[in-house]
Amino acid sequence: MTGLSAAPDKVDLLPRKPGNPIARRRWANFRANKRGYWSLWIFLVIFILTLGAEFIANDRPILVSYKGELLYPALVNYPESKFGGFLATTAYRDPYIADEIAANGWALWPAVRFNFATVDDVLPHSAPVEPSWLMSRDQICQNYPMGVDDSNCIWSNYHLLGTDDRGRDVVARLIYGFRISVLFGLVLTVISSIIGVAAGAVQGYFGGWVDLLFQRFIEVWTAVPALYLLLIISSVIAPSFWVLLGILLLFSWVSLVGIVRAEFLRARNFEYVNAARALGVANPTIILRHLLPNAMVATLTFLPFILSGSVATLTSLDFLGFGLPSGSPSLGELLAQGKNNLQAPWLGLTGFLTISIMMTLLVFIGEAVRDAFDPRKTLA
Amino acid sequence: MSAPLLSVRDLGVRFGDADAAKNVSFDIAPGETLALVGESGSGKSVTALSILQLLPPTASLSGQILFKGQDLLSASPPALRKVRGNDISMIFQEPMTSLNPVHTVERQIGEVLAIHAGLRSNAARARTIELLDQVGIPDPASRLAAFPHQLSGGQRQRVMIAMALANEPDLLVADEPTTALDVTVQAQILELLKSLQQRLGMAMLFITHDLGIVRRIADRTCVMTAGEIVEANDTQAIFDAPQHSYTKHLLAAAPRGTPPTPRPKAIKILEVENLRIWFPIRRGIFKTTVGHIKAVDGVDLTVRQGETLGVVGESGSGKSTLGYALLRLLSSNGRIVFLGEDIQNQSWKAMRPHRAKMQIVFQDPFGSLSPRLSVADIIGEGLKVHFSHIDAAERDTRVSKVLTEVGLSPDLRYRYPHEFSGGQRQRIAIARAMVLEPKFVVLDEPTSALDVSIQAQVVDLLRDLQSRHGLTYLFISHDLKVVRALASSMIVMHNGKVVEQGPTEQIFANPKETYTKTLIAAAFDQTAIGSPPAKS
Repeated sequence: MTGLSAAPDKVDLLPRKPGNPIARRRWANFRANKRGYWSLWIFLVIFILTLGAEFIANDRPILVSYKGELLYPALVNYPESKFGGFLATTAYRDPYIADEIAANGWALWPAVRFNFATVDDVLPHSAPVEPSWLMSRDQICQNYPMGVDDSNCIWSNYHLLGTDDRGRDVVARLIYGFRISVLFGLVLTVISSIIGVAAGAVQGYFGGWVDLLFQRFIEVWTAVPALYLLLIISSVIAPSFWVLLGILLLFSWVSLVGIVRAEFLRARNFEYVNAARALGVANPTIILRHLLPNAMVATLTFLPFILSGSVATLTSLDFLGFGLPSGSPSLGELLAQGKNNLQAPWLGLTGFLTISIMMTLLVFIGEAVRDAFDPRKTLA
Repeated sequence: MSAPLLSVRDLGVRFGDADAAKNVSFDIAPGETLALVGESGSGKSVTALSILQLLPPTASLSGQILFKGQDLLSASPPALRKVRGNDISMIFQEPMTSLNPVHTVERQIGEVLAIHAGLRSNAARARTIELLDQVGIPDPASRLAAFPHQLSGGQRQRVMIAMALANEPDLLVADEPTTALDVTVQAQILELLKSLQQRLGMAMLFITHDLGIVRRIADRTCVMTAGEIVEANDTQAIFDAPQHSYTKHLLAAAPRGTPPTPRPKAIKILEVENLRIWFPIRRGIFKTTVGHIKAVDGVDLTVRQGETLGVVGESGSGKSTLGYALLRLLSSNGRIVFLGEDIQNQSWKAMRPHRAKMQIVFQDPFGSLSPRLSVADIIGEGLKVHFSHIDAAERDTRVSKVLTEVGLSPDLRYRYPHEFSGGQRQRIAIARAMVLEPKFVVLDEPTSALDVSIQAQVVDLLRDLQSRHGLTYLFISHDLKVVRALASSMIVMHNGKVVEQGPTEQIFANPKETYTKTLIAAAFDQTAIGSPPAKS
């Protein structure tokens, strides 16, 4: 029994930080990729800001004090009768309402006084209108009732990036468009990952006939031309956000199946999985506790790239006119407008820059995530 | 000593902040064999790789490596290429991965000849055949078109040696060239290296962890630990009068002790009759079965309470497959009676109550622990399945208790496997099996991935646990020294069949089959002089 608990193998007994050390090392690897780390921060700031789009760009005030009562028009839809009118909704940009509020209290407006659908009716000339910084103040204000001296001819009524061909503010449409693109991409990515991981896990773990039949089905399924199907469906029903999501989901879930299946096939004969079998652990527990974490590494590494792919898909459908219903704020529609209005280059340029910056950020984040989960760096 | 062929001065190798080797200095004279001995992580391979500068670019080197007066560390890449494979060649540990799987033998050896000697077509072919003949490959002309996967492990290593010798180098660096081979093949390869060295008059730097090999082959020996050479002397002197405490520790580390005595009257824990595991070979469009690979072919065995049955054989003999089949982790044919109950045809679910009583410890302590679970979760997993009535606090107590029992501090239970060394991980794997209080444990080469000094500790631990809890072991190993220290009786397997069985001492004293004799000769020929007289 000499040396049973003796020296050669010993572990440092230093106090240690709480939490899983692997997760901590991954986070350190992620931060070591400076480009990806900063991209994540920039992306998060933009995304969180656009989540509150109603408080940044809106044709309603955020807060109104009217006859001693505090109102929240950005959140609550007040009928016009509240302000002495008769319409079902209140048009706060209407000079009549604006004067009424100014006489009986005050209004706190967001930075941009348009939402994605607001048509500006005091444009200096027919839409599309160029960015405001290309015009003098006289030009911008020429159609306001009192010209340069009009109390409404102020910064938050300017069009910093111009308007589209229907007189809607490009900045407002960008903010709302960015939000809907990322949200759509996120929902599509999350749901298709869940389906894909589950399908891959079942195939890889059980193998044999299950795997064989499922694989053949996926081969047939991926051979269905998704674009044609979309064209046919969108000619029958109007594609809303959820309908579009459902159709794209039909085909996007297969992208992860291969990786997860391969990961399960590889890992199902690992010694620690065999050890769990020898302990008598049940199959579902083995899948969840021992195998799924393996597959999650591959999945998480792919996630940012799937997200950027989903965003690109939505944008291209919008560009072709088969995407979200007309009038929705969308980056693809902005690009299409740029193509149709070559005399207004700010439309195409803005759309192009926004999409390329968003894609670049996502790809950089993806690279950092890939580094973070690199087993050579994490488990070395 | 004449002018050294290779002279290493104050070599230091750093990866980031960690010293892999420091202040390493040694000389090799022409025609001499120098052995670098050490356990894993001692810096011996790093030292060998730095001679030809084959380390990854993250390594920073310092010091001097003088080969025939030329400093290799400051040599330009073209100058280095001239030295590599021509004046200094190298043999690696793993014969499967060090040959390119898509090139034939002729092409691999021909490449070396073409680069340094400028030999082409017929001249190269003639030289290749000559080389293959030299390294003892039978009928070399017919082997030229063979791919690596068509050769056995020993033959592959011979091809590697032929490649290394192609240009008659002055120095051969052999990095654990026999570690991945079976004992009988190991002996042949060592024989070959020694005779080739004498015939060609080359010097050899031999890296190994196996002291038995060192004693057979080396003129001088350097003992390395933690990146430093702690002792360098003539091999004989080191073995006869080790100076440094680490050398003494290494020499004393061979597994020892006596196995429990066989108990022919104890109750039968496990009884197996005519166990067969045949994998069908299917050919053609209709996948008709044309034959079988008989991994395990008609094995009978009986294990009695408190005994250890050793299962010995070389790789591919079916010994691990047998162990898996006994625990019903692989499907098989034949009768398996465990504690008086036939378990062969029981369903997966019906097997579950038995699993607490029959456990397994795997070979690779790095692969058998889930990297994402803490030690407490790993050990507690079986408790959750089999002792579902106990609460978390009680589970924690049992985990702590079993950790103490395997010689680890219970404070370590919230750590993750990668924070432990190989020996500690194997202790955790043993704890995972022991916490269920099993009656019967299959030990599938539990010591072969460990360093010698750790091996001895694990063997001691296993024997201690056995005597304390009256455990019954099935000990699978290719290492006859360990089997001799642990097993009361043994079976020898060859190509899926049991060729010999009986009490261990009887087989060692008087082996009947030629195969057993070869195994014993190969294992103890190297170590008879190397290991302390602990066994007889």
